[in-house]
Amino acid sequence: MKFRVHVRVMPRDGLLDPQGQAVEHALSALGFAEAGGVRVGRAIELGISAASREDAEARVRQMCDKLLANPVTEDYLLEVEEG
Amino acid sequence: MLKVAVVRFPGSNCDLDSLRAAEGVGADAFFVWHRDTHLRGADVVVLPGGFSYGDYLRSGAIARFSPIMPAVQRHAADGGPVLGICNGFQILCEAHLLPGALLRNAGLTFVSKPVDVIVERTATAFTSAYTAGTRLRLPVAHGDGRFVASKDTLRLLEAEGRVVLRYVESTEGSPLQPNPNGSAHHIAGICNPAGTVVGIMPHPERVSDPLLGSCDGLGFFTSLAALQPKSTTSTVQGQ
Repeated sequence: MKFRVHVRVMPRDGLLDPQGQAVEHALSALGFAEAGGVRVGRAIELGISAASREDAEARVRQMCDKLLANPVTEDYLLEVEEG
Repeated sequence: MLKVAVVRFPGSNCDLDSLRAAEGVGADAFFVWHRDTHLRGADVVVLPGGFSYGDYLRSGAIARFSPIMPAVQRHAADGGPVLGICNGFQILCEAHLLPGALLRNAGLTFVSKPVDVIVERTATAFTSAYTAGTRLRLPVAHGDGRFVASKDTLRLLEAEGRVVLRYVESTEGSPLQPNPNGSAHHIAGICNPAGTVVGIMPHPERVSDPLLGSCDGLGFFTSLAALQPKSTTSTVQGQ
């Protein structure tokens, strides 16, 4: 079966996120002062062939642990869809 | 003669400077391409600065899986000296040869300027020529130089005296900025417990010759004189 996996990699809570802060300041300057807690991460999409949804997810978790995310500074979330 | 391998990645810089600095202290220095799989008998490995693989994904994240890296890992595991400069430091962290990570500078801008650092640990393969407490003025040139690590890791690094270089906390009366990137504990460089693997953000090779205006960084290379070359099996074989 073929799957499409969406990986969301975010800086770990509590770590200084200067990009998020800069975007928040810019939003405020543009009149969106109500925006807060802005954080900037990374989105990665990939296609994968696997026997099941669980297998696809397990495989992409390995990819995240090895390369796509840095376990020291980042957390990740996966969304798996068929097709 | 001590053999020094300088690993070239696509996007390396100051690789030739590092090679020349090693040659300048009498070493047999040569380049090793990132697609090579062995270090040609090197006693010392230098991972130079730059922007390997365009810094895509994270700085050093892709270089860390280069074909040469298993040989670097084995060399380090056998107690062989490895110096990572700037991008080389980032690669060493990604490869888990050193703890922590290097993130985007707190000020978000690329910093390219001289900074003042204190040499704290001299019991390493690359800083034995310095006296502890010496203040050096070294160039930095990086966008991702903010060292971060868990509280436990920082505590361990401090307790074991593994901070090799630290940005000065104050540069009163000087135009220089004290900590250019917001790194934890003002850390500019660390080492493994044995002091054989060293990673630093500043570029000592850029200030290792009077022609370059300063020799503050030369000690990283003159320290190599204290190291013993491996037995040269190639000459023994001929007897």
